[in-house]
Amino acid sequence: MMSSTSRASQSAPEQRSDAILALTGEKQVRARSNLELSARRFLRHKLAMAGLIVTLALLVLGLLAPWIAPFPYDYSNLMTANSFPSRDHLFGTDAIGRDYFSRVLFGLRTSLLVGFISVAIACAIGVPLGLLAGLGGRWGDFTVMRIVEVMTAFPGLLFAIFLVSVLGSGVQNVILVIGLTGWLTICRLTRAQLLTLREQDYVMAARSIGVSSWQIAVRHLLPNALAPLVIVITLSVPVAIFTEAGLSFLGIGINEPTPSLGKMVSDGAPYMQVYWYLGFFPTLAIALAMLGFTFLGDGLRDALDPRQG
Amino acid sequence: MGRYIAVRLASLLFVLLAVSLITFVLMHQVPGGPFDKGDRPLPEATRIAMERKYGLDQPLWRQYVTYLGNVVRLDFGVPNKYPNETVTSLIARTWPTTLKIGAVTIVVAYTLGILLGYFAAIRQRTAVDYSLTFIATLGIAVPNFVIAIWLILIFAVRLEWFPLRGLDNWKSYVLPVIAYALGPMALVARYTRTSLVENLRSDYVRTARAKGLGEQTVMTRHVFRNALIPLVTVILPEIPNILTGSIFIEMTFGIPGLGRFFVQSTFNRDYPMIMALVLLVAAFWGLMYLVTDILYVMLDPRIRLGR
Repeated sequence: MMSSTSRASQSAPEQRSDAILALTGEKQVRARSNLELSARRFLRHKLAMAGLIVTLALLVLGLLAPWIAPFPYDYSNLMTANSFPSRDHLFGTDAIGRDYFSRVLFGLRTSLLVGFISVAIACAIGVPLGLLAGLGGRWGDFTVMRIVEVMTAFPGLLFAIFLVSVLGSGVQNVILVIGLTGWLTICRLTRAQLLTLREQDYVMAARSIGVSSWQIAVRHLLPNALAPLVIVITLSVPVAIFTEAGLSFLGIGINEPTPSLGKMVSDGAPYMQVYWYLGFFPTLAIALAMLGFTFLGDGLRDALDPRQG
Repeated sequence: MGRYIAVRLASLLFVLLAVSLITFVLMHQVPGGPFDKGDRPLPEATRIAMERKYGLDQPLWRQYVTYLGNVVRLDFGVPNKYPNETVTSLIARTWPTTLKIGAVTIVVAYTLGILLGYFAAIRQRTAVDYSLTFIATLGIAVPNFVIAIWLILIFAVRLEWFPLRGLDNWKSYVLPVIAYALGPMALVARYTRTSLVENLRSDYVRTARAKGLGEQTVMTRHVFRNALIPLVTVILPEIPNILTGSIFIEMTFGIPGLGRFFVQSTFNRDYPMIMALVLLVAAFWGLMYLVTDILYVMLDPRIRLGR
């Protein structure tokens, strides 16, 4: 609530100056400077920059995994099974002699893949439903909010476990399940934004000069609702990565031989007393991915919405 | 107030009904049933007899109606995999372990969370504040099973201060509780800080200081009371999450609580267990949200009920 009101009061003067600038034909200048201010705030934010760097580094590692990894992820050599980290095997090898460094890289790749695609699915469900609730009048709102309410009452992870057991495990189904359970926040935020924004003076002004409601939605409401949505979407990626890791940790996520960080943690856990690296490296990768995206999202929030910090 | 509570309870009942219906239908859509899976499949005749015994040969809608009828009489059935117990007794046997860990976690997480948030707020924009914010983000972002693994590696494997698994004496509580508490603690610390900072900037604090009240009095008598109200909305809904058991913590530390049944019963297609667990969590959640809203109104006279 707080954030949306403060954001709205911010955008009101911006709209006014937009109108003035439109008259003088200098619209571009103002628009850029606003973005510039946000960008400058972001660049100065140390944790946010750290998050950005970590995220980019992980993305590069994940994308280039097939070229960087010294071994294929499913290549096993029983002669070198359970060897500790060394020059040949940076992160050691697992119980059946697969290079752990390669597996962590590919596991990271799986995590990022699941994270991005499932959040895309969540957006594809959440944003239209949020629009329907926010703009679809009383019935649209009622219907969507009841669905959201029922979905919220389902214990999140339990529902995901349940759905995976319905659909079966595997990368595709895990992505689908996380997408299907992850749209609630996005939907609720889209709706809340629209409800606050449509009460703003500039919307009334636009309406009074005869702008159609469709035009108002596209030209005024959506652009102003975009910043908080971007933040929530960024912060949804680590949640999706966590859910995948969690499901795989419980043994119902990604199937062998595709590496998943969560699966590697639970497989390595029983041997941890001796082979510490089996638990350490995959958890490190999970933590870095989660922290990177979270700091990035928090930084974006501070940059785009300075009054909230 | 009475009317409001009645409306909310009715809506909760509707939600629970919807949740039970969705779960029931989905559950029965899953290929496989409780008696036809596993390494030793039952003989055909036995399976049919078993399915008849549990009413699984009936049409789905009748099974559902029967189930609802039983639930109204607080009969949640017999777990398919543990035929010597009832669902209720199974939950009553395993939940206390989860509750014990959960209760300790709640006390630790909330006390420390509020304290940390307080120190971050009064030392705003100092090294203390920044490091606390960093720890808070760490606690929120890093999954608890990751933290659990790290704790085990350091304190159980390397230093051997605490046991690896199990739940025998007070020592065995330490690691699970830390791993479990870090997340909620971070959440509470973060909200406490934001809320305190907001209140510290407000006019009534300036007034209180202007009339010469000591910083101690301003904090305890004025700021804290106001700042803790919004905290209620964060703290209370977390309670069911914690008390219904972290599946991960129980798995990592080998704690025989309720958590493992969430996964096990879905795997075993143990219909009565799945239904009971889903309904238990959903009802607990719904009630907690209702209590939160009511408490919020009672604490903050500016807020009115109803829509």
